[in-house]
Amino acid sequence: MKIKGSQIIVQSLIKENVEYMFGYPGGVVIPIFHELYHAPIKFVLGRHEQGSIHAADGYARASGKPGVVLATSGPGATNLITGIATAHLDSVPLVVLTGQVSTNLIGNDAFQEVDITGITRPICKHNYLVQDIKDLARIIKEAFYIATTGRPGPVLIDIPVDISNGLCEFEYPEEISIRSYKPTYDGHPGQISKACRLIESAKKPIIYAGGGVVISNASEELREFVKKTGIPVTTTLLGMGIFPETDPLSMEMLGMHGTYFANYSVHNSDLLIAIGARFDDRVTGKISEFIPHAKVIHIDIDPASVSKNVMVDIPIVGDCKKILKEMNKEIKTPDIAEWVDELKKTKAEHPLQYEMKENDDIKPQYVVEQLYKLTDGKAIITTEVGQNQMWAAQFYKYTEPRTFISSGGLGTMGFGLPAAIGAQLARPDRRVIDIAGDGSIQMNIQELIVAAQHKLPVIVAILNNGFLGMVRQWQQLFWDKRYSHTCINFAPDFVKLAEAYGCVGIRVTKKEEVDEAIKKALSITDKPIIIDFVVCKEENVYPMVPAGKTIKETIMRELA
Amino acid sequence: MSQHVISVKVENKFGVLARVSGLFSARGYNIDSLAVSRTENEDISVMTIVVNGDDRILEQVKKQLNKLIDVIKVSDHAVQSSVQRELALIKLNCPAAKRGEILQLAELFKAEVADISLKTITFSIKGDSEKIDRFVELASPYGIKESMRTGLVSILKERD
Ligand SMILES: Cc1ncc(C[n+]2csc(CCOP(=O)(O)OP(=O)(O)O)c2C)c(N)n1
Repeated sequence: MKIKGSQIIVQSLIKENVEYMFGYPGGVVIPIFHELYHAPIKFVLGRHEQGSIHAADGYARASGKPGVVLATSGPGATNLITGIATAHLDSVPLVVLTGQVSTNLIGNDAFQEVDITGITRPICKHNYLVQDIKDLARIIKEAFYIATTGRPGPVLIDIPVDISNGLCEFEYPEEISIRSYKPTYDGHPGQISKACRLIESAKKPIIYAGGGVVISNASEELREFVKKTGIPVTTTLLGMGIFPETDPLSMEMLGMHGTYFANYSVHNSDLLIAIGARFDDRVTGKISEFIPHAKVIHIDIDPASVSKNVMVDIPIVGDCKKILKEMNKEIKTPDIAEWVDELKKTKAEHPLQYEMKENDDIKPQYVVEQLYKLTDGKAIITTEVGQNQMWAAQFYKYTEPRTFISSGGLGTMGFGLPAAIGAQLARPDRRVIDIAGDGSIQMNIQELIVAAQHKLPVIVAILNNGFLGMVRQWQQLFWDKRYSHTCINFAPDFVKLAEAYGCVGIRVTKKEEVDEAIKKALSITDKPIIIDFVVCKEENVYPMVPAGKTIKETIMRELA
Repeated sequence: MSQHVISVKVENKFGVLARVSGLFSARGYNIDSLAVSRTENEDISVMTIVVNGDDRILEQVKKQLNKLIDVIKVSDHAVQSSVQRELALIKLNCPAAKRGEILQLAELFKAEVADISLKTITFSIKGDSEKIDRFVELASPYGIKESMRTGLVSILKERD
């Protein structure tokens, strides 16, 4: 029996066990929305397509399942761009469906026509323009397969309206095989053994683990590996939580705003064991002096990540989980007691710190610390971008994977609130807190109504410093304190704004009120809460390894 | 900086050429020449790409090419291990008085006369890029009115 293209789409999504979908309607996707009306898929209507795609992204990062988005052609599709790029740089599996003008109008500058496959080509893992309804089911199957396998990423399918309205037999392929796409999962046994021997003979090894460990669900295996070897662990921003930051062997986050001891451990190591991480410039600083004494083992599923920025001695291409499992079978404990002592001592001598005197304004770091304490470290934290993101990384301690959700690679302001909505839908059992800046939160504030509509008790903790703080920090440190266009104290009243959106708004201006406000927010379970923490205006994030500099040039705290 | 000949076997689908060339342009690489055609298998096309660039960055580009879903195989074709050919069409100013001289030159290069008029002569010449470069050089004093090249095609040599 022939069914409509729009029915094929919805049936295929059901076959893929899609529970939630995010998006926004428009002319050429009405046929698809028509079928979604009765479908057993929960559709979350955003208020801007960018919000919808970040919500799908947050959902995917929190759940490990692909996020699914639907938007209309033209402006609907272009509003997705930042979200696609955000997911691409952080390897988040998304299947993005866009409507397109009818095939006979393509190339005609038709109403709401854009070449979205052309526009998104460099920022997605793969994309399709459906030209024949007979290909539709297979393309959807392939899109889910490509998005979720190998190094995951966003896959876009552009669907002309006549394809949605057309008729075709529906048969969803059970199996898929793409001859030109065969990700490697099993690590090379010879390389694995070589790596184990090198680790066993190392004197100063350090594990540098990233988002790849989250994606391959290899947190257990990593912990096992550390138990067996006693090697300390530092993680990237996106790797936080894969190893408990409360463990004495955790060196916490490395990089530009990483802990001093994390950067010290990497810089002084004789063996760097990189797992699911890609040597981003925010991690390495000046690349030639990043690891002057170390050999490098690199475990990664993406061969293009290997020896890209740093030459690798032993590459092992494959799935982190599988490879760590194999290594755990044969690895023997190296003799590194002295090194571990040295690192523990460094950690004790150079803790993350900030100063808050009696009558000082609230320090943003203090707010994050209190959020950590009052949630027992059990919340899922999403972030915006800037200082708020870095303080959220530094002062909340993460002990489980998928509990820190942040735009790392693209650094997208406006990500945190919609991502929190997606994460809260994926994890109704956890409190979700968006640690935000007063600048970033205004970039997708419209999504607040979505959280309210779905009665999601997302907490938005605004660290309100009246500035685009991170940019101001750079201006202060490197640009003669010329605060050109970074003061944003002409601002909305966030408490009234919360109320206007049917949420609870709380303003906190004194240190004594911080705990009370957080407790009050945590007691509310049926609507979003904005807490407007009015914090110290010119606090900076430290330590800081300035861009392109080395650990020796780390700025540890405010220069008097 | 050195010259590389990269052969890319791809699915014969629309958009693939843009994906491949995009990887070069995104890194500010100018492609010196690019030849694309179908193979004996009509689902598969092969692209021969000639670029100049830093070895390490090209290594990265090759890995990125391999990552494209529609790319089946990427290989580097060194001059020694491959057969490489180009075809060029070259239109020269050729008054009757010079005709003999020019034809003599063409003879040396086995260039064929493809078209002739009172004032011009057009040759087609095939061979490796060096041979064509040389012919162009020697013919240029007569005045090249127009010329174009197909871009290199390359196939690996078999050794038993
Ligand atoms: C969409 C977007 N635009 C611009 C930037 C550049 N940028 C990085 S941090 C930052 C300031 C963020 O200010 P705010 O949200 O108030 O956070 P704060 O740093 O004060 O915590 C800016 C503008 C960005 N990352 N993303």
